Amino acid sequence: MTRKAAAVAAPVAADPMMTHPVMIRRVIWENDDTFTLSLDLSDALPEYRFQPGQFNMVYLYGLGEVAISISSDPARTGTLDHTIHRVGTVTTALAHKKRGDIIGLRGPFGSSWPVEAGRGKDICIVTGGIGLAPLRPLIYSILRERDAFGRVIVMYGGRSPLDLLYRVELEKWGNEHQVEVLVTVDRGDSSWKGHIGVVTTLFSYIKLDARNTVTYVCGPEVMMKYTVDELERRGIPSDQVYLSMERNMKCAVGFCGHCQFGPTFICKEGPVYPLPRIRQLLDRKEL
Amino acid sequence: MHKEDLTEILRQHPFLFGLSDEMMHVLIGCASNVRYAEGEYLIHEGEVANNFFMIRTGRVALEIDVVGKPDLRILTTGPGEVLGWSWLISPYRWHFNGVAVVETRAVALDAECLRNKCEGDPLFGYEMLKRLAQVMERRLEATRLQLLDLYGTSLTEGQR
Repeated sequence: MTRKAAAVAAPVAADPMMTHPVMIRRVIWENDDTFTLSLDLSDALPEYRFQPGQFNMVYLYGLGEVAISISSDPARTGTLDHTIHRVGTVTTALAHKKRGDIIGLRGPFGSSWPVEAGRGKDICIVTGGIGLAPLRPLIYSILRERDAFGRVIVMYGGRSPLDLLYRVELEKWGNEHQVEVLVTVDRGDSSWKGHIGVVTTLFSYIKLDARNTVTYVCGPEVMMKYTVDELERRGIPSDQVYLSMERNMKCAVGFCGHCQFGPTFICKEGPVYPLPRIRQLLDRKEL
Repeated sequence: MHKEDLTEILRQHPFLFGLSDEMMHVLIGCASNVRYAEGEYLIHEGEVANNFFMIRTGRVALEIDVVGKPDLRILTTGPGEVLGWSWLISPYRWHFNGVAVVETRAVALDAECLRNKCEGDPLFGYEMLKRLAQVMERRLEATRLQLLDLYGTSLTEGQR
Protein backbone atom coordinates (compact mmCIF):
# COMPACT_ATOMS: atom_id res chain seq x y z
CA MET A 1 0.00 0.00 0.00
CA THR A 2 1.42 3.41 -0.90
CA ARG A 3 2.01 6.11 1.65
CA LYS A 4 -0.49 8.33 -0.12
CA ALA A 5 -3.22 5.74 0.15
CA ALA A 6 -2.89 4.98 3.83
CA ALA A 7 -2.38 6.76 7.08
CA VAL A 8 1.11 6.19 8.34
CA ALA A 9 1.89 3.28 10.65
CA ALA A 10 3.53 4.97 13.59
CA PRO A 11 5.62 4.13 16.66
CA VAL A 12 4.07 1.85 19.25
CA ALA A 13 5.47 1.31 22.72
CA ALA A 14 7.60 -1.81 23.31
CA ASP A 15 5.13 -3.22 25.85
CA PRO A 16 1.86 -1.55 24.98
CA MET A 17 0.09 -2.72 28.15
CA MET A 18 2.75 -1.27 30.48
CA THR A 19 1.74 1.97 32.18
CA HIS A 20 4.49 4.46 33.02
CA PRO A 21 4.28 7.04 35.79
CA VAL A 22 4.77 10.57 34.49
CA MET A 23 4.63 13.91 36.25
CA ILE A 24 2.33 16.80 35.41
CA ARG A 25 4.53 19.76 34.58
CA ARG A 26 1.76 22.28 33.91
CA VAL A 27 -2.04 22.56 33.68
CA ILE A 28 -3.46 25.07 31.20
CA TRP A 29 -7.19 25.76 31.10
CA GLU A 30 -8.20 26.34 27.47
CA ASN A 31 -11.87 27.05 28.30
CA ASP A 32 -14.39 26.19 31.04
CA ASP A 33 -14.43 22.47 30.21
CA THR A 34 -11.14 21.82 28.48
CA PHE A 35 -7.64 21.77 29.85
CA THR A 36 -4.18 20.81 28.65
CA LEU A 37 -1.89 18.65 30.77
CA SER A 38 1.73 19.18 29.95
CA LEU A 39 3.61 16.07 31.08
CA ASP A 40 7.24 15.58 31.98
CA LEU A 41 8.56 12.41 30.34
CA SER A 42 12.24 12.97 31.02
CA ASP A 43 12.52 10.39 33.83
CA ALA A 44 10.00 7.70 32.95
CA LEU A 45 10.04 7.80 29.14
CA PRO A 46 13.14 9.63 27.87
CA GLU A 47 13.01 7.83 24.52
CA TYR A 48 9.31 8.44 23.92
CA ARG A 49 8.46 9.58 20.36
CA PHE A 50 5.12 9.91 18.58
CA GLN A 51 3.67 10.88 15.23
CA PRO A 52 0.97 13.56 14.69
CA GLY A 53 -2.50 12.12 15.21
CA GLN A 54 -1.56 9.34 17.64
CA PHE A 55 -3.04 8.94 21.10
CA ASN A 56 -2.07 7.68 24.56
CA MET A 57 -3.98 5.86 27.24
CA VAL A 58 -3.96 8.13 30.28
CA TYR A 59 -4.39 6.30 33.58
CA LEU A 60 -5.54 7.71 36.86
CA TYR A 61 -4.53 5.25 39.53
CA GLY A 62 -7.48 3.56 41.18
CA LEU A 63 -10.02 5.24 38.93
CA GLY A 64 -9.56 4.28 35.30
CA GLU A 65 -8.01 4.92 31.94
CA VAL A 66 -9.01 7.09 28.98
CA ALA A 67 -7.75 7.48 25.42
CA ILE A 68 -6.49 11.01 24.80
CA SER A 69 -4.95 12.41 21.63
CA ILE A 70 -1.54 13.98 21.81
CA SER A 71 -1.73 17.71 21.14
CA SER A 72 1.90 18.84 21.33
CA ASP A 73 4.73 19.21 18.85
CA PRO A 74 6.21 15.82 17.89
CA ALA A 75 9.63 17.42 17.57
CA ARG A 76 9.67 18.38 21.23
CA THR A 77 11.19 15.65 23.38
CA GLY A 78 10.97 15.05 27.12
CA THR A 79 7.51 16.55 27.30
CA LEU A 80 4.04 15.91 25.93
CA ASP A 81 0.67 17.68 25.94
CA HIS A 82 -2.79 16.21 26.21
CA THR A 83 -5.77 18.51 25.72
CA ILE A 84 -8.71 16.98 27.57
CA HIS A 85 -12.42 17.70 27.54
CA ARG A 86 -13.98 17.20 30.98
CA VAL A 87 -16.92 14.85 30.33
CA GLY A 88 -16.81 11.83 32.66
CA THR A 89 -15.39 10.35 35.84
CA VAL A 90 -11.74 10.01 34.81
CA THR A 91 -11.47 13.26 32.88
CA THR A 92 -13.21 15.16 35.69
CA ALA A 93 -10.72 13.69 38.18
CA LEU A 94 -7.87 14.58 35.81
CA ALA A 95 -9.16 18.15 35.79
CA HIS A 96 -8.41 18.35 39.50
CA LYS A 97 -4.78 17.34 39.09
CA LYS A 98 -2.06 19.90 39.55
CA ARG A 99 1.58 20.46 38.80
CA GLY A 100 3.76 17.76 40.36
CA ASP A 101 1.01 15.09 40.48
CA ILE A 102 1.76 11.69 38.94
CA ILE A 103 -0.49 9.98 36.39
CA GLY A 104 -0.02 6.82 34.31
CA LEU A 105 0.67 6.78 30.59
CA ARG A 106 0.95 4.10 27.93
CA GLY A 107 1.34 4.61 24.24
CA PRO A 108 1.62 5.99 21.67
CA PHE A 109 -1.10 4.16 19.76
CA GLY A 110 -2.76 4.24 16.39
CA SER A 111 -2.06 5.51 12.91
CA SER A 112 -0.96 9.08 12.23
CA TRP A 113 -1.66 11.96 9.87
CA PRO A 114 0.37 11.38 6.68
CA VAL A 115 2.35 14.60 6.60
CA GLU A 116 4.25 13.45 3.53
CA ALA A 117 1.05 13.18 1.49
CA GLY A 118 0.71 16.95 1.70
CA ARG A 119 4.28 17.86 0.83
CA GLY A 120 4.38 20.23 -2.15
CA LYS A 121 0.60 20.61 -2.06
CA ASP A 122 -1.99 22.90 -0.55
CA ILE A 123 -3.17 21.82 2.87
CA CYS A 124 -6.74 22.17 4.08
CA ILE A 125 -7.42 21.33 7.73
CA VAL A 126 -11.06 21.17 8.79
CA THR A 127 -11.87 20.75 12.43
CA GLY A 128 -14.39 21.44 15.15
CA GLY A 129 -14.42 21.55 18.94
CA ILE A 130 -11.71 19.49 20.57
CA GLY A 131 -10.92 17.98 17.16
CA LEU A 132 -8.28 20.69 16.83
CA ALA A 133 -6.18 18.98 19.52
CA PRO A 134 -5.17 15.88 17.47
CA LEU A 135 -4.50 18.15 14.49
CA ARG A 136 -2.20 20.53 16.34
CA PRO A 137 0.85 18.19 16.08
CA LEU A 138 0.22 18.01 12.33
CA ILE A 139 0.10 21.81 12.11
CA TYR A 140 3.37 22.06 14.05
CA SER A 141 4.97 19.55 11.67
CA ILE A 142 3.82 21.51 8.62
CA LEU A 143 4.92 24.85 10.04
CA ARG A 144 8.39 23.49 10.82
CA GLU A 145 8.85 23.06 7.07
CA ARG A 146 6.44 25.74 5.96
CA ASP A 147 8.15 26.26 2.59
CA ALA A 148 7.64 22.61 1.67
CA PHE A 149 3.88 23.15 1.46
CA GLY A 150 1.66 25.42 -0.59
CA ARG A 151 -1.29 27.24 0.93
CA VAL A 152 -2.17 26.12 4.44
CA ILE A 153 -5.79 26.64 5.40
CA VAL A 154 -7.21 25.91 8.84
CA MET A 155 -10.99 25.96 9.17
CA TYR A 156 -12.09 25.65 12.77
CA GLY A 157 -15.57 25.61 14.29
CA GLY A 158 -16.41 26.04 17.95
CA ARG A 159 -19.50 26.28 20.10
CA SER A 160 -18.93 29.91 21.11
CA PRO A 161 -16.00 32.35 21.11
CA LEU A 162 -15.15 31.40 24.69
CA ASP A 163 -15.03 27.70 23.79
CA LEU A 164 -12.33 28.08 21.14
CA LEU A 165 -9.06 26.28 21.82
CA TYR A 166 -5.55 27.67 21.37
CA ARG A 167 -6.79 31.17 20.54
CA VAL A 168 -3.36 32.79 20.83
CA GLU A 169 -1.80 30.16 18.58
CA LEU A 170 -4.54 30.45 15.97
CA GLU A 171 -3.74 34.12 15.68
CA LYS A 172 -0.02 33.45 15.58
CA TRP A 173 -0.37 30.84 12.83
CA GLY A 174 -2.23 33.41 10.77
CA ASN A 175 0.08 36.33 11.46
CA GLU A 176 3.48 34.66 11.43
CA HIS A 177 3.22 31.52 9.33
CA GLN A 178 1.05 32.46 6.37
CA VAL A 179 -1.73 30.17 7.47
CA GLU A 180 -5.22 31.11 6.34
CA VAL A 181 -7.11 30.68 9.58
CA LEU A 182 -10.90 30.78 9.33
CA VAL A 183 -12.76 30.44 12.61
CA THR A 184 -16.49 30.17 13.10
CA VAL A 185 -18.74 29.65 16.11
CA ASP A 186 -22.24 28.26 16.48
CA ARG A 187 -23.40 31.29 18.42
CA GLY A 188 -21.91 34.60 19.34
CA ASP A 189 -22.76 37.97 20.80
CA SER A 190 -22.07 41.48 19.59
CA SER A 191 -18.47 41.36 20.81
CA TRP A 192 -17.65 38.59 18.31
CA LYS A 193 -16.61 40.01 14.96
CA GLY A 194 -15.89 36.68 13.29
CA HIS A 195 -18.02 34.15 11.44
CA ILE A 196 -21.10 32.50 12.92
CA GLY A 197 -22.34 29.20 11.51
CA VAL A 198 -21.16 25.61 11.18
CA VAL A 199 -17.65 24.96 9.96
CA THR A 200 -18.79 23.77 6.52
CA THR A 201 -20.12 27.27 5.75
CA LEU A 202 -16.51 28.49 5.71
CA PHE A 203 -15.97 26.69 2.39
CA SER A 204 -17.90 29.57 0.79
CA TYR A 205 -14.99 31.89 1.52
CA ILE A 206 -12.12 29.92 0.07
CA LYS A 207 -11.31 28.56 -3.33
CA LEU A 208 -9.56 25.20 -3.30
CA ASP A 209 -7.38 23.83 -6.05
CA ALA A 210 -9.06 20.43 -6.00
CA ARG A 211 -6.28 18.38 -7.65
CA ASN A 212 -3.58 19.94 -5.52
CA THR A 213 -5.17 19.99 -2.06
CA VAL A 214 -4.73 17.43 0.71
CA THR A 215 -7.34 17.65 3.45
CA TYR A 216 -7.16 16.51 7.06
CA VAL A 217 -10.41 16.40 9.03
CA CYS A 218 -11.12 15.82 12.71
CA GLY A 219 -14.18 16.63 14.77
CA PRO A 220 -17.57 15.21 15.72
CA GLU A 221 -18.53 12.46 13.27
CA VAL A 222 -21.58 14.33 11.92
CA MET A 223 -19.38 17.34 11.22
CA MET A 224 -16.89 15.15 9.39
CA LYS A 225 -19.64 13.54 7.31
CA TYR A 226 -20.92 16.93 6.17
CA THR A 227 -17.36 18.09 5.57
CA VAL A 228 -16.77 15.08 3.31
CA ASP A 229 -19.98 15.94 1.41
CA GLU A 230 -18.68 19.48 0.96
CA LEU A 231 -15.26 18.27 -0.20
CA GLU A 232 -16.89 15.94 -2.72
CA ARG A 233 -19.04 18.82 -3.94
CA ARG A 234 -15.83 20.77 -4.52
CA GLY A 235 -14.19 17.93 -6.43
CA ILE A 236 -11.48 17.01 -3.92
CA PRO A 237 -10.45 13.42 -4.79
CA SER A 238 -11.21 11.08 -1.91
CA ASP A 239 -7.66 9.74 -1.80
CA GLN A 240 -6.53 13.23 -0.81
CA VAL A 241 -8.73 13.28 2.30
CA TYR A 242 -7.84 11.87 5.74
CA LEU A 243 -10.09 11.64 8.77
CA SER A 244 -9.52 10.83 12.42
CA MET A 245 -12.30 8.63 13.76
CA GLU A 246 -13.61 8.29 17.28
CA ARG A 247 -14.95 5.38 19.32
CA ASN A 248 -14.60 4.28 22.92
CA MET A 249 -11.10 2.91 23.38
CA LYS A 250 -10.29 0.48 26.16
CA CYS A 251 -7.27 -1.72 25.48
CA ALA A 252 -5.80 0.37 22.62
CA VAL A 253 -4.13 -2.70 21.12
CA GLY A 254 -6.98 -4.35 19.23
CA PHE A 255 -7.92 -7.04 21.80
CA CYS A 256 -11.11 -5.83 23.42
CA GLY A 257 -13.15 -4.74 20.40
CA HIS A 258 -14.67 -1.69 22.06
CA CYS A 259 -13.50 0.59 19.26
CA GLN A 260 -14.70 -1.56 16.40
CA PHE A 261 -15.74 0.50 13.38
CA GLY A 262 -17.10 -1.78 10.69
CA PRO A 263 -14.31 -4.17 9.75
CA THR A 264 -11.60 -2.20 11.56
CA PHE A 265 -10.49 -1.43 15.10
CA ILE A 266 -9.89 2.28 15.43
CA CYS A 267 -7.16 1.83 18.02
CA LYS A 268 -5.07 -0.25 15.62
CA GLU A 269 -5.87 0.64 12.03
CA GLY A 270 -7.05 4.14 12.96
CA PRO A 271 -7.70 6.64 14.31
CA VAL A 272 -6.47 8.28 11.10
CA TYR A 273 -7.93 6.75 7.94
CA PRO A 274 -7.73 7.65 4.28
CA LEU A 275 -11.28 8.49 3.25
CA PRO A 276 -11.68 5.68 0.67
CA ARG A 277 -11.12 3.12 3.46
CA ILE A 278 -14.15 4.32 5.46
CA ARG A 279 -16.33 6.31 3.04
CA GLN A 280 -19.13 3.74 2.98
CA LEU A 281 -19.08 3.41 6.75
CA LEU A 282 -19.77 7.11 7.29
CA ASP A 283 -23.29 6.72 5.94
CA ARG A 284 -24.10 3.61 7.98
CA LYS A 285 -26.00 3.82 11.23
CA GLU A 286 -25.12 2.00 14.45
CA LEU A 287 -21.51 1.35 13.63
CA MET B 1 -21.91 53.95 -10.54
CA HIS B 2 -22.44 53.12 -14.22
CA LYS B 3 -24.77 50.31 -15.11
CA GLU B 4 -21.89 48.56 -16.91
CA ASP B 5 -19.75 48.57 -13.75
CA LEU B 6 -22.61 47.17 -11.69
CA THR B 7 -23.21 44.45 -14.27
CA GLU B 8 -19.58 43.41 -13.99
CA ILE B 9 -19.80 43.33 -10.20
CA LEU B 10 -22.93 41.20 -10.34
CA ARG B 11 -21.42 38.81 -12.86
CA GLN B 12 -18.68 38.03 -10.37
CA HIS B 13 -21.12 37.25 -7.57
CA PRO B 14 -21.49 33.45 -7.11
CA PHE B 15 -25.27 33.73 -6.73
CA LEU B 16 -25.47 34.88 -10.34
CA PHE B 17 -22.81 32.69 -11.94
CA GLY B 18 -24.00 31.57 -15.37
CA LEU B 19 -27.01 33.90 -15.53
CA SER B 20 -27.81 34.75 -19.15
CA ASP B 21 -27.16 38.25 -20.50
CA GLU B 22 -30.89 38.79 -20.98
CA MET B 23 -31.68 37.93 -17.38
CA MET B 24 -28.76 40.01 -16.13
CA HIS B 25 -30.20 42.91 -18.06
CA VAL B 26 -33.56 42.40 -16.34
CA LEU B 27 -31.92 42.21 -12.94
CA ILE B 28 -29.64 45.21 -13.28
CA GLY B 29 -32.59 47.59 -13.42
CA CYS B 30 -33.31 46.79 -9.75
CA ALA B 31 -29.73 46.99 -8.49
CA SER B 32 -27.79 49.61 -6.60
CA ASN B 33 -24.44 49.64 -4.87
CA VAL B 34 -24.57 50.06 -1.07
CA ARG B 35 -22.09 50.35 1.79
CA TYR B 36 -22.68 49.93 5.52
CA ALA B 37 -20.38 50.99 8.34
CA GLU B 38 -19.53 48.62 11.18
CA GLY B 39 -22.52 48.38 13.52
CA GLU B 40 -25.00 49.73 10.97
CA TYR B 41 -28.19 47.72 10.43
CA LEU B 42 -29.14 46.52 6.94
CA ILE B 43 -32.45 45.01 8.00
CA HIS B 44 -34.71 45.14 11.06
CA GLU B 45 -36.98 42.36 12.31
CA GLY B 46 -40.65 43.09 11.53
CA GLU B 47 -39.95 45.79 8.96
CA VAL B 48 -40.84 45.53 5.29
CA ALA B 49 -38.31 43.45 3.37
CA ASN B 50 -37.57 45.95 0.67
CA ASN B 51 -34.17 44.70 -0.46
CA PHE B 52 -32.31 41.57 -1.44
CA PHE B 53 -28.59 41.89 -0.72
CA MET B 54 -25.65 40.32 -2.49
CA ILE B 55 -22.68 40.70 -0.19
CA ARG B 56 -19.44 41.78 -1.88
CA THR B 57 -17.12 42.44 1.06
CA GLY B 58 -17.42 42.47 4.83
CA ARG B 59 -19.73 40.45 7.04
CA VAL B 60 -23.34 40.72 8.19
CA ALA B 61 -24.65 39.01 11.33
CA LEU B 62 -28.25 37.87 11.64
CA GLU B 63 -29.67 38.50 15.09
CA ILE B 64 -32.83 37.39 16.83
CA ASP B 65 -34.52 39.69 19.33
CA VAL B 66 -34.73 37.82 22.62
CA VAL B 67 -36.83 39.65 25.19
CA GLY B 68 -34.82 40.45 28.30
CA LYS B 69 -31.55 39.22 26.83
CA PRO B 70 -28.88 40.58 24.53
CA ASP B 71 -29.64 39.92 20.87
CA LEU B 72 -28.51 36.45 19.85
CA ARG B 73 -26.36 36.22 16.74
CA ILE B 74 -27.08 33.02 14.87
CA LEU B 75 -25.42 33.35 11.50
CA THR B 76 -23.09 35.53 9.50
CA THR B 77 -23.06 35.99 5.76
CA GLY B 78 -20.02 37.19 3.93
CA PRO B 79 -18.51 37.84 0.50
CA GLY B 80 -20.16 35.84 -2.25
CA GLU B 81 -23.28 35.13 -0.21
CA VAL B 82 -26.75 36.65 -0.17
CA LEU B 83 -28.86 38.10 2.59
CA GLY B 84 -32.60 37.71 2.84
CA TRP B 85 -35.39 35.86 1.10
CA SER B 86 -38.30 37.56 2.90
CA TRP B 87 -38.53 39.93 -0.09
CA LEU B 88 -39.93 36.99 -2.09
CA ILE B 89 -42.29 35.48 0.45
CA SER B 90 -45.49 37.17 1.56
CA PRO B 91 -46.01 39.18 3.79
CA TYR B 92 -42.51 40.45 2.85
CA ARG B 93 -41.28 41.25 6.35
CA TRP B 94 -37.88 40.52 7.85
CA HIS B 95 -37.70 37.81 10.50
CA PHE B 96 -34.28 38.87 11.79
CA ASN B 97 -32.07 41.85 12.33
CA GLY B 98 -29.04 42.09 10.08
CA VAL B 99 -26.08 44.15 11.27
CA ALA B 100 -22.75 44.85 9.59
CA VAL B 101 -20.11 43.27 11.85
CA VAL B 102 -17.40 45.03 9.88
CA GLU B 103 -17.67 47.56 7.06
CA THR B 104 -19.73 45.84 4.39
CA ARG B 105 -20.30 46.49 0.71
CA ALA B 106 -23.14 44.89 -1.17
CA VAL B 107 -25.41 45.17 -4.15
CA ALA B 108 -28.97 45.81 -3.03
CA LEU B 109 -31.79 44.69 -5.32
CA ASP B 110 -35.04 46.55 -4.80
CA ALA B 111 -37.60 44.00 -3.63
CA GLU B 112 -40.68 45.41 -5.29
CA CYS B 113 -38.83 45.88 -8.58
CA LEU B 114 -37.50 42.34 -8.43
CA ARG B 115 -40.87 40.83 -7.52
CA ASN B 116 -42.52 42.64 -10.41
CA LYS B 117 -39.90 41.31 -12.82
CA CYS B 118 -40.31 37.78 -11.44
CA GLU B 119 -44.09 38.03 -11.91
CA GLY B 120 -43.77 39.55 -15.36
CA ASP B 121 -41.21 37.06 -16.65
CA PRO B 122 -41.88 33.57 -15.24
CA LEU B 123 -38.62 32.19 -16.69
CA PHE B 124 -36.66 34.86 -14.89
CA GLY B 125 -38.74 34.35 -11.74
CA TYR B 126 -38.14 30.59 -11.81
CA GLU B 127 -34.40 31.13 -12.28
CA MET B 128 -34.30 33.40 -9.22
CA LEU B 129 -36.35 30.91 -7.22
CA LYS B 130 -34.07 27.98 -8.14
CA ARG B 131 -31.00 29.89 -7.06
CA LEU B 132 -32.63 31.06 -3.85
CA ALA B 133 -33.85 27.52 -3.09
CA GLN B 134 -30.25 26.32 -3.17
CA VAL B 135 -29.28 28.96 -0.65
CA MET B 136 -32.25 27.99 1.53
CA GLU B 137 -31.32 24.31 1.34
CA ARG B 138 -27.73 24.99 2.41
CA ARG B 139 -28.86 27.27 5.24
CA LEU B 140 -31.38 24.70 6.45
CA GLU B 141 -28.71 22.01 6.46
CA ALA B 142 -26.33 24.29 8.37
CA THR B 143 -29.05 25.20 10.86
CA ARG B 144 -29.78 21.54 11.53
CA LEU B 145 -26.12 20.99 12.29
CA GLN B 146 -26.09 24.00 14.59
CA LEU B 147 -29.10 22.63 16.44
CA LEU B 148 -27.18 19.43 17.19
CA ASP B 149 -24.84 21.45 19.38
CA LEU B 150 -22.05 19.18 18.16
CA TYR B 151 -19.24 20.53 20.24
CA GLY B 152 -21.17 20.75 23.48
CA THR B 153 -22.58 17.32 24.02
CA SER B 154 -21.15 14.80 21.61
CA LEU B 155 -18.19 13.61 23.63
CA THR B 156 -18.23 10.77 26.09
CA GLU B 157 -15.44 9.50 28.26
CA GLY B 158 -13.16 7.09 26.45
CA GLN B 159 -13.20 9.15 23.30
CA ARG B 160 -10.25 11.28 22.50
